[in-house]
Amino acid sequence: MTGERVTDVPVVSLAGVDKDFALPGGATMTALTGIDLDLRRGEFVSLIGPSGCGKSTLLRLIGDLTQPSAGVVTVNGKPAPQARLDRDYGMVFQAPVLFDWRTVEENVRLPLELTGQERTARDARVAEMLELVELPDFARHYPYQLSGGMQQRVAIARALTFSPAILLMDEPFGALDEMTRERMNSEVLRIWEQTGITVVFVTHSIPEAVFLSSRVVVMSARPGRITRIVEVDLPRPRGVETRESRRYFEMVTQVREALRSGEGSGTSDDSLASIERAEAEGLTG
Amino acid sequence: MKRAFAILRHNAPAIIVLVGGIALWEAVIRGLAIRAFILPAPSSIARALGENWTTGYQILPAAQATLQEAGGGLIAGALLGLAVAFAVARYPSARDIVLPVGIAVNAIPIVAFAPLANQWFGSQSVYSKMAISAALVFFPIMINVLRGLTSVNASSLELMRSYAGSEMAVLTKVRIPNALPFFLTGLKIGTTLSLIGAVVGEYFGGLNVALGRVVVESASTLSFEVTWAAIAVVSAVGIVMYLAVLAAERVLIPWHPSVRGERVA
Amino acid sequence: MRRSPEVIPAAGPPVRSRLGRARIYLLFVVGLLVVWEAAKFIGGDPWRYFGWEWRPPLKFNVLNDQGLPHVWDIVGTMIGPYRRNADQSLFVYLLLKALYTWREAAIGFVLGGALGMALAAAFVHSQLLERAFVPYVVASQTIPIVALAPMIVFFFGNNVLSVVIIATYLTFFPVTIAMIRGLRSPDPRALELMRSFAASRRTILWKLRLPASLPYLFTALKITATASIVGAIIGEGPGAIQGGLGWSIIEFNQQYITNPSKLWGAIFVAALLGVSFYSLVRLVELRVLRGRPEASAG
Repeated sequence: MTGERVTDVPVVSLAGVDKDFALPGGATMTALTGIDLDLRRGEFVSLIGPSGCGKSTLLRLIGDLTQPSAGVVTVNGKPAPQARLDRDYGMVFQAPVLFDWRTVEENVRLPLELTGQERTARDARVAEMLELVELPDFARHYPYQLSGGMQQRVAIARALTFSPAILLMDEPFGALDEMTRERMNSEVLRIWEQTGITVVFVTHSIPEAVFLSSRVVVMSARPGRITRIVEVDLPRPRGVETRESRRYFEMVTQVREALRSGEGSGTSDDSLASIERAEAEGLTG
Repeated sequence: MKRAFAILRHNAPAIIVLVGGIALWEAVIRGLAIRAFILPAPSSIARALGENWTTGYQILPAAQATLQEAGGGLIAGALLGLAVAFAVARYPSARDIVLPVGIAVNAIPIVAFAPLANQWFGSQSVYSKMAISAALVFFPIMINVLRGLTSVNASSLELMRSYAGSEMAVLTKVRIPNALPFFLTGLKIGTTLSLIGAVVGEYFGGLNVALGRVVVESASTLSFEVTWAAIAVVSAVGIVMYLAVLAAERVLIPWHPSVRGERVA
Repeated sequence: MRRSPEVIPAAGPPVRSRLGRARIYLLFVVGLLVVWEAAKFIGGDPWRYFGWEWRPPLKFNVLNDQGLPHVWDIVGTMIGPYRRNADQSLFVYLLLKALYTWREAAIGFVLGGALGMALAAAFVHSQLLERAFVPYVVASQTIPIVALAPMIVFFFGNNVLSVVIIATYLTFFPVTIAMIRGLRSPDPRALELMRSFAASRRTILWKLRLPASLPYLFTALKITATASIVGAIIGEGPGAIQGGLGWSIIEFNQQYITNPSKLWGAIFVAALLGVSFYSLVRLVELRVLRGRPEASAG
């Protein structure tokens, strides 16, 4: 199955969403303001912007890992918390977040254990997922025995075990080298085309966003907001030739200019980025 | 076969030191005959061990008794430490109180309580020795397990939340596996401490058939080969208990860096 | 409609005021006293003061006046003379003994620390030495030193030297292991940087490895502060070193039947000594590691 399979039913919808954080000093920081965004089923959407534009917060709002200060987040036709409880999405973080004490297949099986699925169906599904990310030979390996790219493939397999409608990816290849990253990009596109899933992909990399996406959502910081949405009309399937085409470079330039015009008032702001980190760390408690 | 050879080669310096050390000891004692009275040659210690294995000072039954005291104390202390750690990990506010107090109490030389345990539970009873062992073992286990249960990767918790995992699932799938290496570390410390507790308890009185008593009494009658033989047996018991935990680590946490053969230090 | 903003915890470990810590300890001590005296309610022995008498309803013998004296009885014994017609109170008497024991422990602490650091520096620089000796350093830790104590005393004589040796033995191991770890802790890139400056091994040790290892060193020293005191107390026993606390514990253990409060007092002072030495090391740590993130960990 190739080409755009985009339909008009919104699978994720954010309406008038704001997100405020209370700083330790007592001040309030607006991380996101006036976010309106509809994602169509089967779409591949990237969120791109400078550090501190709130793109990760936006992703976490969709996943109900944090809650909006105002506005409504609808996922798969239901409120975001319900969608989380129904396991309507899978999540991939920047770090693979594999459990050291579980083998590859046990890590992929984890979500299915949480629903108490019947064993044979479970094992079949795990095998299918490892087939999908092309790691069936590594089922009994521990994470430490895999390379960074392989670990991230395991994390993707784990995120897909539920056959979720949506895959949320938070800078999943940020820590990988350029060569591995390009291979992983093609891998993700292949999986996206095979499964027909909707992907929301946070990234720092303009080429990555353009290569992967049907639409690139460009954001700016202070306060975080959407400045432009760029439709990427590159033909599919995309491969090495795509990266070398004139249209590809034109799209990259377009996104880069959108980012630059969004900078507007002064330099980008890292304080939100540090808050997002602090918030993630705060969960340890 | 090749692997065995590699292991042998890696450990060759250590083996040479052991064999060389014992040989040197024997040679010095025999050659110079100084202090042989207090520090006998390895051969005469070995002879004394053989002669007193079941008769005379009865080293074998004494070792069994001491092992029983230390083992009982280790199990009791570990169970208590686990119970408190789980209870405290459940309530973050309790953790804020228990950790500083635990650290302070851990700075107390607990062996000072040994005579008291003998007074409470009877100096002839194994329970008085087990109580001291348990008190010594409790803190390292409790503090290590508490650290293990609470020092969980933030992203792992977020991952579980994204799967709508229950509190129970977070406990069984994340916190407990995360705490297992910490528990085993505490247990490694605990094996030695449990033996120290038992032997110190025996120093302050107890049945004669116990290693601590054999050490004290043979020294008082100047039978130093027996004293050294008993010390060797205590050491062997300590090393065997420690190796048992190491073996458990290999089975339970094969993925952990300390087991993967990376540098221990 | 708008919900209140999500609260972000301050970065870094929570800042707990000194008062907060002090309050926790106070709470603990008060709680301990309450539990202690509550236990006396089931101890069975009558409470008798100035002609007033009250009999507890239950009788649980471990907690009678022989097993667990009243707190005020212990306090009374502590402020009373250490023996009949003596000018010195038991508390001052025990404090002097504790000071004596602390001196032995402190010498062992310093010697053991120095030995541990020297061994670690040698092991970090020589693979051969590490492979030959580290297994025995680890094995030495699985040997309960207390078993050796009588022999050390016989070997080195009934003097402070034996006690210091035992305290040293208990100290060197944690320091060795922690320092091997600490001296290896610098970022490999920092080591490469030093090599790019053509720095000698000695310079790298002093300028890079040693400063990097300080947090590890103090973690070990906090453990060994208590361990060295344990070593000193145990060492005093078989050698009958009468100046120290270990001797008092043995002496008052023999007098336990006639006056249990004395042993409790000696144990209390031993606990005080351990906590004080630990706190001293902790204070030095806070000063030396000031400004480093590692210093904040308890």
